[in-house]
Amino acid sequence: MEQPFLHIEGVSVHFPVKKGLLQRQVAQVKAVENVTLSLKRGEAFGLVGESGCGKTTLARTVLRLVDATEGAIWFDGQNITNLTGTALAPYRKRVAAVFQDPFSSLNPRMTAGAIIAEVLHVRKYAGDINARVIELLGICGLSDRFVDLYPHQMSGGQRQRVGIARALSVEPDLIVCDEAVSALDVSIQAQIINLLEELRVRLNLTYLFIGHDLSIVRHLCDRVAVMYLGRVMETASSEELFDNPQHPYTRALIDAVPNPDPLSEAAREYVGLSGEVPSPLTPPKGCVFHPRCPIAMDQCRTVEPILTTLTADHSAACHAATPLPKDEQ
Amino acid sequence: MKLLEIENLSIVHNADGVETTLVDDLSYSVSAGETLAIVGESGSGKSLSSLALMGLLSKELKVTSGSVMLGGVDLLTLSDEDMRHRRGRDISMVFQEPMTSLNPVRNVGSQITESIEENLGMSRAAARMRAIDLLREVGVADAEQRMRQYPHHFSGGMRQRVMIAIALAAEPKLIVADEPTTALDVTIQAQILDLMAKVCSDHGTALILITHNLGIVARYAARVNVMYGGRIVETGTAADLYYRPRHHYTQGLLNSVPRLDQSRDEPLRPIMGNPADPFTSIDGCRFHPRCPNAQDKCRSQRPQFDGQTACHFPIAAETLVAS
Repeated sequence: MEQPFLHIEGVSVHFPVKKGLLQRQVAQVKAVENVTLSLKRGEAFGLVGESGCGKTTLARTVLRLVDATEGAIWFDGQNITNLTGTALAPYRKRVAAVFQDPFSSLNPRMTAGAIIAEVLHVRKYAGDINARVIELLGICGLSDRFVDLYPHQMSGGQRQRVGIARALSVEPDLIVCDEAVSALDVSIQAQIINLLEELRVRLNLTYLFIGHDLSIVRHLCDRVAVMYLGRVMETASSEELFDNPQHPYTRALIDAVPNPDPLSEAAREYVGLSGEVPSPLTPPKGCVFHPRCPIAMDQCRTVEPILTTLTADHSAACHAATPLPKDEQ
Repeated sequence: MKLLEIENLSIVHNADGVETTLVDDLSYSVSAGETLAIVGESGSGKSLSSLALMGLLSKELKVTSGSVMLGGVDLLTLSDEDMRHRRGRDISMVFQEPMTSLNPVRNVGSQITESIEENLGMSRAAARMRAIDLLREVGVADAEQRMRQYPHHFSGGMRQRVMIAIALAAEPKLIVADEPTTALDVTIQAQILDLMAKVCSDHGTALILITHNLGIVARYAARVNVMYGGRIVETGTAADLYYRPRHHYTQGLLNSVPRLDQSRDEPLRPIMGNPADPFTSIDGCRFHPRCPNAQDKCRSQRPQFDGQTACHFPIAAETLVAS
């Protein structure tokens, strides 16, 4: 089997909850709990789930902005979990991030040109910085007049293009996109999705794409993992996950997305998911999803299901999901 | 019977003597009990026009023409004091972010009872009973205990339920919901919209649902206004707009969204360019710089709204059926 490009192995991230004058630790939030995922080089991998499911924390752990409490992250054959300082620098040159709100992730007092040139300076870019800035803006569909524009002089879509150009300036292999299109207008969202797709092919990029809009994640990503309360509930190829979801939570998420066709929407039988995501401070016993699960059994209330391989590229953490016999795979 | 009739509403922004028209000659109506969706991108004027009918425009914004008739009264002619009495009683509003619309330092119960006492003239005890009933109706469990809690004790979805309870408190004839679920998770979004649809149908309340999500339009709205650049560019039933869009902008929006019921490989066909900046003047049709079908006439003459669409060269119904 091909060596994974990014391998997240049994990663947990726990945050202490401190209280009182002495800041004694009184509890911990298990934001990410024993997550194992692999990304192949050149693929777009989607992480979906509701707020508090740990998708952003996991992404920040990959970016080395948050430290993993347990587990390891391997990137292109190297364990990067505990690297610091100069040892981490080569990794930082190969990984970049695009965030949700370009207005708050771009310095309002710097022009687009200066924002991108800054990264090139820090990275000690050897060539002509100005030419490179214009080239990067061009790749992202912005003309050279944007070099002198400030973020407030641009529309949301243009700002996100600058954000992407900045990410590309380190010539990364992996880009972590955290809700990169969520804040944009519908027509602009489509432009940025198309740009991300085009760049992936052109520059052989690998994406870890965090999103909550399932239709966008399905469209953009080759494989998807569904997270709930810090755990991976199900992971499969996009086709498989959306056509043949095995976890009741995945089914509920897909079911909750309304379709723009009014007649098919009127004909569709839709059963909502009741209840809300429990606090990660006090996760339910057994399967964390059982209080909201329409098919919960006794076993689900006591035993936590582990992520089990169902078919070659489809795993689910659910007692009700059974692996196919080998000869049917 | 028409409950709300907006005619020729224009809203102008005035900064240091420079006037910019943000909502241009807007006319539409809402029947009693119906759900009308307003769709549009940032700067389309969809939120502003609704704030205007609530009498909530900020100081630098002025209504320069038009009328907003609700139950035979032009809301635009009312004094601030009279308008204050109408809000809640005749029209109420649910905003996107319930945390910023609830008072963080007062318990939830007092915020609901206040609205009931004020609008229905009930005693405190009776108002409290009604508030508890309302909370139960919008699906807040342990309503009596929850009355004593503060907004930060509630999750985003629960806060939005509280906002709906407050909006319903005085049995208004119309609720305006401005992106009520945009800040919520998908499963909660479905819960809240189903709840809104249910309470509006139970109480016979009309609903103006402002959204950017075409799926929400399809599931919850009977009629839709599509707004662009401060004007309505197309109106129709949800099915008409989906199956037979006339305006190129409506068509462009439909082509821009990835869908779960289509092949993954179906390419997105975004609308080119950026949403019209309200502060930049555009001659002719405001959509022409982004329109795939723009002609000379579109660049010079503003198209008139013909009751269905505002386009010089609307998409012919036949060509669409064929495609």
